[in-house]
Amino acid sequence: MFYREAGQFKTDYASDQALFPIAQDRWFVLAVLFVAVAVVPFFVDDYWANAITLPFLIYALAAIGLNLLTGYCGQVSLGTGGFMAVGAFSTFKLTTAFPELNFIVVILLSGAITAGVGVLFGIPSLRIKGFYLAVATLAAQFFLVWLFNKVDWFLNYSPTGQISMPPREIFGILITGPRAAPEAKYLFCLIFIGIFALLAKNLVRGRVGRSWMAIRDMDIAAELIGIRPLEAKLTAFAVSSFYVGMAGSLYFGVWLGAAEPIEAFGIEQSFLVLFMIIVGGLGSILGSFLGAAFITLMPILMKNFMVDGLQLAVVTAKHIEITMLGVLIIFFLIVEPHGFARLWQIAKEKLRLWPFPH
Amino acid sequence: MEGDRKFGDPILEVQDINLSFGGVTALEGVSFDILNGEVRAIIGPNGAGKSSMLNVINGFYHPQQGQITYKGKTRRQMRPHHAASSGIARTFQNIALFKGMSTLDNIMTGRNTKMRKNLLWQALYLGPAKREELEHRDFVEHVIDFLEIQAIRKTPVGKLPYGMQKRVELGRALAAEPELLLLDEPMAGMNLEEKEDMCRFVLDVNDQFGTTIALIEHDMGVVMDISDRVVVLDYGKKIADGTPEEVRADQRVIEAYLGVTRDDN
Ligand SMILES: Nc1ncnc2c1ncn2[C@@H]1O[C@H](COP(=O)(O)OP(=O)(O)OP(=O)(O)O)[C@@H](O)[C@H]1O
Ligand SMILES: [Mg+2]
Repeated sequence: MFYREAGQFKTDYASDQALFPIAQDRWFVLAVLFVAVAVVPFFVDDYWANAITLPFLIYALAAIGLNLLTGYCGQVSLGTGGFMAVGAFSTFKLTTAFPELNFIVVILLSGAITAGVGVLFGIPSLRIKGFYLAVATLAAQFFLVWLFNKVDWFLNYSPTGQISMPPREIFGILITGPRAAPEAKYLFCLIFIGIFALLAKNLVRGRVGRSWMAIRDMDIAAELIGIRPLEAKLTAFAVSSFYVGMAGSLYFGVWLGAAEPIEAFGIEQSFLVLFMIIVGGLGSILGSFLGAAFITLMPILMKNFMVDGLQLAVVTAKHIEITMLGVLIIFFLIVEPHGFARLWQIAKEKLRLWPFPH
Repeated sequence: MEGDRKFGDPILEVQDINLSFGGVTALEGVSFDILNGEVRAIIGPNGAGKSSMLNVINGFYHPQQGQITYKGKTRRQMRPHHAASSGIARTFQNIALFKGMSTLDNIMTGRNTKMRKNLLWQALYLGPAKREELEHRDFVEHVIDFLEIQAIRKTPVGKLPYGMQKRVELGRALAAEPELLLLDEPMAGMNLEEKEDMCRFVLDVNDQFGTTIALIEHDMGVVMDISDRVVVLDYGKKIADGTPEEVRADQRVIEAYLGVTRDDN
């Protein structure tokens, strides 16, 4: 009844092209932003930052990255953990080698380096598809983590085998290192990821996004209408890896502060991010956020509910949680490949008709 | 109407095209031309090599022998990207739309080769990139109006009925503002009404925009009605070439279609 576009006529294509053409959506987004920027920072303590908000935001960025490649361009990748490692180690090397370099510049450069590596590992995609490509990216995952673990130069010869992030400021506010305030880290990630989500949204609704989707849906037809598969696939690998690399940079620099290659960037990371885009919605920027929220929050809620509420043993609770995740993934893969994002859209369509069912 | 139409020089000439897949010969010594502004039909029984011929013209198949002269330039073979960016667009026998995208987005992909703004500009969606997107959107809306598909603008094409999908596919080809439009059985599987609509669109495109059209079609009534000249292929060879009347009266064409052998008559 209240959610509908009746009376909102678009008189030109510019307003129809707008990000949120329906006024109620605009208000909703503004409200969410307001809460995120003006309310949440007052509640963010170390626990909220490190267990909830930072994981959510940073995984959302990684999920957007993977979604660009897999959801939009149709190229499956299991190398996300490895590419996050490239971003993280670039950040580590850059901050230690050039202490004066602004942290934002470091993140962007780390993304750019990861983009380069991503393109390199994306080259096989010109020849192989689907399962075989997934295996090739899996090789990238293992190779990269092995490389960072093996070559001491990447670790600055650290005897512990760990890398740790030196403290860095932005506009005089400490963002990284153990003494950085949780609300500063949160706000920084929120703004950074908000901006890059917007840029990704712009990309996917323009020419580049359309050529990615064309390649995904029917690569031969795409080629015959003049889309170059080489260009489309490699830009997808580049942009995707750029995002994943920045996520790796923030993951290590802002969230963890210290990391050890095998543990922090293992294959589980690749699967985790893949699960996020599957339950969130393949080919949806909103879905990347929903998926990241679900996968990072579900374990916490489940633990609170089952261990603290139902008094189950921690191990049992963990098993139930993993089983539920598995069931959900199978559900989404079979029933609704567009994930939560699609369910959200269906709910909106129902709401538009409410209270009249037809 | 065929009689008083004036056609220009050939926009395309194929000469002595030979194409085979392993042991299977799809085309053998095929030569013909397509004149600027005409509707050229390619007909023939199943497996005659018609689709293969279109694939050769837009560079998807590379013939083992022969040459192709397009807009005055002679080549051994075309390349898909070059064909698309130099004015050749096509539709497919088995609909080849991008199923996960809306009608609007599908047709917008037809303008891809005309869009220039780079990735960075598009990510920012400011000034020039926004202007470019809106300019092309405007053009695409004309195509949508022309094909009378306003109501399905935002519908994912996978959900559209067959006839509509064929129409969207034509829209995607038209969005490229082609000089030479290749249509592979645009009316196959349609009911009478849909066929009539499609015929009207094809003729309107030809009339209003002067687009040259090469069309594969099985329905002889349609072919006789809308084409200016007809090429007939059979088992990969050209067996007749001329106006619809000439072709219809040709003994070899009648035999090919009736499946009778020379000895029988
Ligand atoms: N990619 C391919 N690989 C192998 N053989 C092919 C290929 N494309 C076409 N052929 C063969 O070439 C011959 C001509 O096929 P083509 O599709 O061009 O016929 P057509 O005239 O379009 O027939 P239809 O009316 O059934 O569409 C057939 O024998 C076909 O099997
Ligand atoms: Mg055919």
